Amino acid sequence: MILHPGILALLSLSAVIFIIMLVAGWHSLKLIVYWDANSSSERQLLLERKTWLISTLLNYTLTVQIFSLLLFVFTADDIHRLFIGAMCATGSLNANLVGWLVLLVKGVLLFMASFWVVFNQLDQRTEDAPLTRLKYIGLLLMTPLFALDLYLQWRYFSGLQPEVITSCCGSLFSAEGEGVAGDLAGMPIGQAMTLFFSVAGFYLLVLLACLRTRRVIFRPLLFVASVLMFFISLGAVVAFISLYIYQMPSHHCPFDMLQANYGYIGYPMYIGLYCAALFGMLPGLAQPLRKYIGLRREIDLVERQWLLKALGGMVVFLLIACWQMIFGSFKLLGY
Amino acid sequence: MRRLLKILDFTLSSLLKRKYKNFALIAVYAFTIAVLGSVLFLTQALKYEATGSLETAPDIVVQRIFAGRHDLIPVNYAETIRRLPGVKSVSSRVWGYYYDSLIKANLTFLASGSDRQTLDLLEGRLPLADDECSIGMGIQSAFGPAIGDSLALEDSAGATKTFQVVGLFRAESNLLTNDLVIFQEQTLRAFFNIDSSLATDLIVEVYNPRETKTLAKKIKYHLADTRPITRDEILHTYETLFNWRSGMMLAVATGALIAFCILAWDKATGLSAEEKREIGILKALGWETADVLTVKLWEGLVISLTSLLIGLIGAWVHVFVFGAPALTPLLKGWSVLYPDFAYTALIDIYQVFVLAMLTVGPYIACTLIPAWKTAVTDPDLVMRG
Repeated sequence: MILHPGILALLSLSAVIFIIMLVAGWHSLKLIVYWDANSSSERQLLLERKTWLISTLLNYTLTVQIFSLLLFVFTADDIHRLFIGAMCATGSLNANLVGWLVLLVKGVLLFMASFWVVFNQLDQRTEDAPLTRLKYIGLLLMTPLFALDLYLQWRYFSGLQPEVITSCCGSLFSAEGEGVAGDLAGMPIGQAMTLFFSVAGFYLLVLLACLRTRRVIFRPLLFVASVLMFFISLGAVVAFISLYIYQMPSHHCPFDMLQANYGYIGYPMYIGLYCAALFGMLPGLAQPLRKYIGLRREIDLVERQWLLKALGGMVVFLLIACWQMIFGSFKLLGY
Repeated sequence: MRRLLKILDFTLSSLLKRKYKNFALIAVYAFTIAVLGSVLFLTQALKYEATGSLETAPDIVVQRIFAGRHDLIPVNYAETIRRLPGVKSVSSRVWGYYYDSLIKANLTFLASGSDRQTLDLLEGRLPLADDECSIGMGIQSAFGPAIGDSLALEDSAGATKTFQVVGLFRAESNLLTNDLVIFQEQTLRAFFNIDSSLATDLIVEVYNPRETKTLAKKIKYHLADTRPITRDEILHTYETLFNWRSGMMLAVATGALIAFCILAWDKATGLSAEEKREIGILKALGWETADVLTVKLWEGLVISLTSLLIGLIGAWVHVFVFGAPALTPLLKGWSVLYPDFAYTALIDIYQVFVLAMLTVGPYIACTLIPAWKTAVTDPDLVMRG
């Protein structure tokens, strides 16, 4: 099972990232212990140079992590043919339940690495780099997660038994299914739509408010709205957006839309959602950092860009999600 | 954005300054990618070919298992199966293999009418008389019997029989019919000495494809000594097989990839005195560490993407224009009368993606630390030295 080309690529990439994180982690340890911004000793100079190495390594890690998440979903989708009863990534992930954990860990890592890279960039632009210690402690906390990612991927792929008959999205994401997935799919469309559109509307309102005013209160509010919006959108994809995309009243799968027969439409949609959530959370997260004068200036400079990127991502997501709802011939409401 | 373009511009000109070093690197890199890419493309093409030819395969093939081995199946089993609800049709097939010691190849003999596969007759007709046969294109092109010639074969009793070739055919896919010889059913039964109450296997057509698995279970339940094989099972066996083969090849090629990464690391570390001075001057002029790092990473990216493009084109030409002469024997399997077919030129985004991740990822990783080492060079140190 391991010898599938996509799996080989995924495992070797995760191994490379893990090694890189070990290197970065080792240097971070030294940085945490010896960092002294006021000193002008030779060691401090060397450490300052090390910060460049670490940020380069982390930028690489983040980029690879993004691709690796895409490749993981793509691969899970590709190998569904090996499992009797599987028709898309859901089937492959069900074939060995560790797969869902891999997806979760990869998702968490993606957000963590993104935050790290963004705040590191901000910090490096300031004179005194006030976040140094905090950043490297964060990095050390992330390293075990990368190890976990590698381990879980190994467990997932080596544990796949092609002869196992798996249940597919048809049975997991259907109203009769058990657990969260089933509840989501079984939710009345009207209610789900009301919830989704009110949260999306709330998010957009707060976002626009942030763009208009510098009031502190809106930033944390936007953070909360982004988190809410992210999870409710994922739920909405299962509950009704998928139905419109497939034009089928009973097909609730969040992965099928990544396949070629739906024009890979899922990729831009999920990327839009990711941008909307990530850039929506940033201003709120940056709020406590404003106490450092150097950082405050930098944050003021980039905040508008964050908000615009979040808006762009949300627009892309909503456009793709709602296009069929408005212009398609398929109707779910009113019957 | 403008700044980024300027840096890219500088990167390109600095790459061109060291033409030979970089071209050598790109050549090796592109070659590595072409090797890996050929494996992926060829596998994809073979999978496509196999899947395409199995599309016309029967829904279920029922074989009889006797003492753990495939055995002839009583024709009256068909009656039992036909009575199951959901079955569209059941027919028996008579076929077998024949090793021809003259031409030193294995042939497949099939009774006409026992396969519903549409045969594309190129010339002539299907056999009508006892001493007639039709042959596949592969046999014709390998050994040259034409229509009107005769084929001398030795039957199960050891007696030589002569058949006149009356037709030449090709099917949708050469993969299945290349080594095929078609006879009339009673001719073949006599040739192999198969009793008329027995057949090689039964093929079952099902109305609703969703019921295939249930029907296979029912057949197994009613006829315990049979082995029903569904088309899905064959398809997924093929998929596993080809994945395994290409993964095996990739794993072997990984050695080359690692060697290449060491080369890349070495190339990136070994800065010439001139390069060092250049970076020193840039920094003295006010470039920051971040800018030098960006240049270095752009360099890696430019080299990677150029090589990826060249490698992909190389792999494409190797597989789809020349028919992958270097890999075919390893991946396709081996036989004297192996079907000779042109691969359908198909490129899957997934394959390109996997290839990029397998090669570009490790390469960039190898250049990270050398790039940093270059970027933090002290200007005065370099210029004084």
